[in-house]
Amino acid sequence: MPALSELEDAFLKAKKDREFQKELSYLQRTYIGRPTPLYFAKRFTEYLGGAKIYLKREDLAHTGAHKINNALGQALLAKKMGKRRLIAETGAGQHGVATATGAALVGLECEIYMGTEDIKRQALNVFRIRLLGAKVTEVPIGSRTLKDAINEALRDWTTNVRTTHYVLGTVFGPHPFPFMVREFQSIIGKETVRQIIEAEGRLPDYLIACVGGGSNALGLFYAFLNLNKSRLPYQVRMIGVEAGGEGIESGRHASRFAGGSIGVFQGCKSYLLQDIDGNVLGTHSVAAGLDYASIGPEHPYLREKDVIQYTYATDEEALSAFELLSKTEGIIPALESAHALAEVMKLAPKLSKEKIIIVNLSGRGDKDVQQVARIKGIEL
Amino acid sequence: MISRIEETFRRLKKKEKKAFIPYIMAGDPSLTKTRDVVLIFEKCGADIVEIGVPFSDPLADGPTIQRSSERALESGITLRKVINFVKELREHTTIPIVLMTYYNPVFRYGEEDFIKDAKNAGVDGVIIPDLPPDEAGSFIFLSRKAFLDTIFLLAPTSNPERLKKVVKATRGFIYYVSITGITGSKLLLNGSMEAQINEIRKYTKKPVAVGFGVSTPEEAFEVSKIADGVIVGSAIVKRLNESPEDIEKYIVGLREAIE
Repeated sequence: MPALSELEDAFLKAKKDREFQKELSYLQRTYIGRPTPLYFAKRFTEYLGGAKIYLKREDLAHTGAHKINNALGQALLAKKMGKRRLIAETGAGQHGVATATGAALVGLECEIYMGTEDIKRQALNVFRIRLLGAKVTEVPIGSRTLKDAINEALRDWTTNVRTTHYVLGTVFGPHPFPFMVREFQSIIGKETVRQIIEAEGRLPDYLIACVGGGSNALGLFYAFLNLNKSRLPYQVRMIGVEAGGEGIESGRHASRFAGGSIGVFQGCKSYLLQDIDGNVLGTHSVAAGLDYASIGPEHPYLREKDVIQYTYATDEEALSAFELLSKTEGIIPALESAHALAEVMKLAPKLSKEKIIIVNLSGRGDKDVQQVARIKGIEL
Repeated sequence: MISRIEETFRRLKKKEKKAFIPYIMAGDPSLTKTRDVVLIFEKCGADIVEIGVPFSDPLADGPTIQRSSERALESGITLRKVINFVKELREHTTIPIVLMTYYNPVFRYGEEDFIKDAKNAGVDGVIIPDLPPDEAGSFIFLSRKAFLDTIFLLAPTSNPERLKKVVKATRGFIYYVSITGITGSKLLLNGSMEAQINEIRKYTKKPVAVGFGVSTPEEAFEVSKIADGVIVGSAIVKRLNESPEDIEKYIVGLREAIE
């Protein structure tokens, strides 16, 4: 608790600190490679035969996903706070890679917690994290996935709080994390507003993003939420896509809104997949980064206010989107982002050609290639 | 009205003795076994018993209690079953009982129902490690009405502001976490614990018990020189799992070490 107020103070100070902001924006430009392009996916659009589809290319950010926006921001902040060690949880491995990268960049020790299950299916990222000089610690307890990695990281943090900063990877957990992570990710939406006006002279009709913890979605949506509050001729509609796994009825999924209820978990109150006694249920998704029992607390709030709609895509739908984008555009998306693309495949054909959809291509799919091959029964 | 826990500390204080508070996870491996062990605790001189409620994600616990929690969940133990268990246990003992549970099971049960049912079953106090006093407004209010003790945790990193809040929110005893970390970590005995506990005593006359990391009779002895009570958890759970036949001897050893 004292650590949380210390962190909040440091973050609020850094927000106003010109030097800090200057350094951050310099590194965003020269190290991450921002702004990431907003790309008109012409052949994907033609294939679906409806609305124009733009991809916000977070997959082109350094390390291959939007996770670096937050990890780099927090690494700089930790350095400023005088911490000498970073820890983080990771599911798909992208946040682990991003944090290890941030640690290498600013010169801090780094340890990444990862569930045994995820280590198995994301072997490539485990190796990348080690190459970056960080330690990967296996979490063999509980469901052996992301939630257990968060538990273990929180345990480490309570033990080593004086020297260590916990780089939480999404808009979840106790305050100030949901707020701080959203702030670091909101650069995605700020750039997108500028880019779409430049390309089309107007705002889009739809924004679509996948939702695990929900940081890439809020990162893209946030600037538009604020615009929607001002007087616009129309409202930008926003859709968050959860992991439907093998379908809601199967019980093997990670759709918190479709299958969950309000609970209190890992320091925040939100939708949660839980049993009648309040124990957290195991989840399933082909995408490790969406395979999580709860969702950032701002999402239920925005859903209740009808600002964002939520739906889900199944493993199968995500896999077919994964292949379709690869073939039509030469872009292999992360399986997480493929959930957002699966929703685009349902929505775009129903819309007229004047409509514009922007989808957050939150990560690249190199890390998933082996797993997809395995699912298709192909030996590499 | 004075609670059974406060009464226990008063009685011990008059005799210049310290409280011994052993912990056990309910339902690992079965509730029958748990009942037997609670009665052994009492026979061997425990003053208060802390009973753990298993949870899928025990954030404040180290590997020993995590595994114990997993085993208890596998045997189908729920918060409701633990409350019923205490009710049955009350036919055999009047020793003060403290439940340690995480917040989400309580939230699902409903705070009001939980407090009512726990109190009726004979629970004396509740520890919820992931419910800080700032978030516990309704829980504290309802517990006061039901005369159920609310026990909050203080850590070496707690600042004076936090200390004041915990002192105010606590009934029964203050649970001082001896280390920054999780249950079952290695205890470091140095002057800082004494300084911290003296700091707490500046704010309150409420008893202070120390837990997290006490494992040997020597450590229990050292802690008992400073605190009003000694809580032993992981070390007991480990022994119960590995060599249950030695448990009586071990408990007696701890009891005798505590002043």
